[in-house]
Amino acid sequence: MALLSKKDTNLILDPLTDNNPITIQVLGICSALAITAELEASIVMAISVIFVMATGNVVISLMRDIIPSKIRIIAQLIVVATLVIIVDQVLKAYAYELSKTLGAFIGLIITNCIIMGRFEAFALANGPWRSFLDGIGNALGYGIILIIVGFFRELLGSGTLLGFPVLGDPITKTGLYATGYENNGFMIIPPAALIVVGIIIWVQRSRNPALVEEN
Amino acid sequence: MALNTDKNSYTVIFSAVMVVVVGSILAFLASVLRPTIQENERFAKQQNILYAMGVNENGDDTGGVHFIPTDRVEKEFASFIKEQLVIENGKATQDAEAYLIDIKKELAAKKKGESYKLPLFIGEKDSKDFYIIPMYGKGLWDAIWGFIALDDTMTIQGVYFDHKGETAGLGANIKMRYFMDDFTGETILKGTKYEGVAVSKGNNDPLNKIKDDNEVDALSGATITGNGVAAMIKESIDLYKDYLETIRVK
Repeated sequence: MALLSKKDTNLILDPLTDNNPITIQVLGICSALAITAELEASIVMAISVIFVMATGNVVISLMRDIIPSKIRIIAQLIVVATLVIIVDQVLKAYAYELSKTLGAFIGLIITNCIIMGRFEAFALANGPWRSFLDGIGNALGYGIILIIVGFFRELLGSGTLLGFPVLGDPITKTGLYATGYENNGFMIIPPAALIVVGIIIWVQRSRNPALVEEN
Repeated sequence: MALNTDKNSYTVIFSAVMVVVVGSILAFLASVLRPTIQENERFAKQQNILYAMGVNENGDDTGGVHFIPTDRVEKEFASFIKEQLVIENGKATQDAEAYLIDIKKELAAKKKGESYKLPLFIGEKDSKDFYIIPMYGKGLWDAIWGFIALDDTMTIQGVYFDHKGETAGLGANIKMRYFMDDFTGETILKGTKYEGVAVSKGNNDPLNKIKDDNEVDALSGATITGNGVAAMIKESIDLYKDYLETIRVK
């Protein structure tokens, strides 16, 4: 027997493409704009969200029968805030260098609407295992877009990838810069992320017309 | 029996229990981890001070920031930093724990008109003295801080900047080598005035060859963080001006 049933596999794969939280559901846009100027930051954010999303979904799913519906949003908020603080403190104690790199991102996770969205839409109505898979899937779907956007913004905006100069040195004019190429300063400011996300949405919808909404 | 989660009494009890449980978990975690975190912060501070005076592991790598590893930093700190001073009401006294002073708290005390202490570190490397001043200021989103190492002619020997939440890829680049290295060799004096170093756009000196213009090249897209750095340097130097004047070679 396979480890994951077909339905379980879909929980992970759907959010990567046809039900992507960023390009289809248009959630989590704020953090996608804020932190994608560098590829490294995008990767780190993706990993942090995968952890918080999966754990949070499991915790909420386990508590789904005892959370009073009147205060469920507050309860969800407390769960995600607690997880984020735990991650932050543990990193500070055992991976101090990494925690300094993550800095602001850890706190930003709380504001990610995908997390609250999945708690509300999925974990409150499903068991822990399925919620876990759903959490992983959605966080991966979010992370993939983040990494694609981060890749293009860092490459075109700074001429580097993960901090390594891949296109040459813009000041001493070596590599590609010797031919008169210039970095596009616009790519490192947040509106550029919106344009890159827009292009991804366009490509995705033209490949799969079923995703285009009727007017 | 099914739980009636809609009753008001249940809601109140649930919230109370949740608050207590979550509170205990976090309080427990915080108190268990606190000593380790404080130790890390102490090492980081020593690393930063040493970094500013050029004691680091950068070696041949021209791009990255490499500190003295944490397992050696305490020993190196003791051997390179020969004096730690605390300046209070204009009087400098020695204090081996001056580096633990929280400059943020001291500046807050100063603002309220209370008495405050300013730490200053004197390092020695290759029989040359370095005067290292802590800095604290604000960037675009949150606090920025760092250390600046001066020699007795008020020429910058090295700096270290860090930040809490500047934008990745923009303001966060103040802690990159290419930005920090630009400050080395700049003078903070203009004539005999303590001018600091401005972070300026369009100064026509992107390679930073002119060292006596009190200017370094700014980071694109990070105007406010850059201005924050310049203001921080100016303010910190102003605080230490009286002491610096006593050691300056005229």
